[in-house]
Amino acid sequence: MGYLIESIYFVAAVLFIIGLKRMSHPTTARNGILWAGYGMVVATVVTFVHPQIHGNYVLMIIAIAIGSAVAWWFAKKVAMTAMPQMIAIYNGMGGGAAAAIAAVELIKNHADPADAPATSTLIMAVAGALIGSVAFSGSVVAFGKLQELKFFKDDAKFRFTGQQKVNAIIFAAAAVLGLIIAISHSSNGALIAVFFLLALIFGAMMALPIGGADMPVVIALFNAFTGLAVALEGFVLNNSAMIIAGIIVGSSGTLLTLMMAKAMNRSVANVLFSNWAALGSGEAQAVTGSLKPMEPPDAAIQMAYAAKVIIVPGYGMAVAQAQHKIWEMCKLLIERGATVKFAIHPVAGRMPGHMNVLLAEAGVPYDLIFDMEEINEEFPTADVALVIGANDVVNPAARNDKSSPIYGMPILNVDHAKNVQVIKRGKGVGFAGIENALFFADNTRMVYGDAQKVAAALIQGIKDLG
Amino acid sequence: MEVMKQVVEFFSPFYILMLAAFLGYEIISRVPVILHTPLMSGTNFVHGIVVVGAMVALGQAQTGTEQFWGFIAVLMGAGNAVGGFFVTERMLEMFKSSKGQEK
Repeated sequence: MGYLIESIYFVAAVLFIIGLKRMSHPTTARNGILWAGYGMVVATVVTFVHPQIHGNYVLMIIAIAIGSAVAWWFAKKVAMTAMPQMIAIYNGMGGGAAAAIAAVELIKNHADPADAPATSTLIMAVAGALIGSVAFSGSVVAFGKLQELKFFKDDAKFRFTGQQKVNAIIFAAAAVLGLIIAISHSSNGALIAVFFLLALIFGAMMALPIGGADMPVVIALFNAFTGLAVALEGFVLNNSAMIIAGIIVGSSGTLLTLMMAKAMNRSVANVLFSNWAALGSGEAQAVTGSLKPMEPPDAAIQMAYAAKVIIVPGYGMAVAQAQHKIWEMCKLLIERGATVKFAIHPVAGRMPGHMNVLLAEAGVPYDLIFDMEEINEEFPTADVALVIGANDVVNPAARNDKSSPIYGMPILNVDHAKNVQVIKRGKGVGFAGIENALFFADNTRMVYGDAQKVAAALIQGIKDLG
Repeated sequence: MEVMKQVVEFFSPFYILMLAAFLGYEIISRVPVILHTPLMSGTNFVHGIVVVGAMVALGQAQTGTEQFWGFIAVLMGAGNAVGGFFVTERMLEMFKSSKGQEK
């Protein structure tokens, strides 16, 4: 039986790797998740005959049924804009599961010497428990923040002086307690409970003061944590599928975290231990010029006679649910013979790639969607660049104003386009709280209003031209 | 010979660790930005394999407390795997090419 299970786990690991590999290209991506899915199914099914399982089959089936049904329901039902928080919550569950496995291993009576685990095994169980618990409570907080639950909304209320010291003390206490439990082979319930409590508090404390916009980096980090926790519990249970899958997720998650932080021009340490408010050091340069409004019908005319249009969507577009209308407008422009391209900043949306998903949902083919590096040189040839609900990622201050908090962040060179139209709800400043010189530029026109309504008006305007 | 076998056995987890770590790194480093969110979701699904370990843990549980935590572990592990799968699948379902060749 052992051989059967190990060989199936081996197959599952191969399927996961092929699946992830295929997920890394748009044409095979859909197929990739299916490969990984088959791996998960065979691994789960074969585990029912695992020789180490002695009973509790009914409980097992009930738990799988409830967990799967609830997760399936929410995964199917939730709107596309809410995907990041769904990833956060499912990731938290994985971390929680790893921690709970460790709990079972730790509270077992180790009195029988024949059955007693090695100290090194217990240390790994404790480490996995610590990391898994942090991933669990941290992900729950991240979910709350992205879901914009009231309690989590005000990041500032969770900041206090000496916070990092307090966090460090909590972490150290949890780690020391964990080591004591592992080395003394203790199965003292109270001690273990305090250990888990400290770990959970640390995870929540880590995530609470971080602003919603930085959450993608944090979720990516917790994703890597969960992978690591799963791998550690895999060593405890001697389960090769868990070890390999866990480590792959741990390393790829770490890289993804670094890539996301880099796209935001911040270090991971900076995201975790500071906040935007503390960053804006000097006085920002005064912005000269004036905001020049434009009515949608005029904007439509300018757009209709453009040979090349680049659309720059931001999260504001997704919030207004304007992506369908925008794509409808683009189709009209394409029919008129224009070239239409979408330019995506790495941090557009709430996660790298999130905007692509939202555009894909609206039916935009992915070969019209371009990354910042691919399209930045094309802006000078664009007749119209249309900015919808994006602000800081098109702010030229990032290029030339050293005192600006976003200085150095790579931006889309929208200001190089011949004409710029900005669809914006009102005159407020962006997320970083700074004025945007682009909006005041001579070639920029501001089209005020709700993105969806403006898009509808643009469509009407283009249609009226015949 | 026997000593050598023990040494190899001692080191094999480290080889697995190193190779798997490099593999994870390689897979991600070639991914276009447009797939970052689906891929993060995909890796999130893959660590749902924790459900397998949770089943083993529950299967060994004897006391009520052990059963409780084992149950929680399976519950959350299954949630991770199933939720992660459908979230990823829903996102990837949307990627289409303008040439109309859906693959």
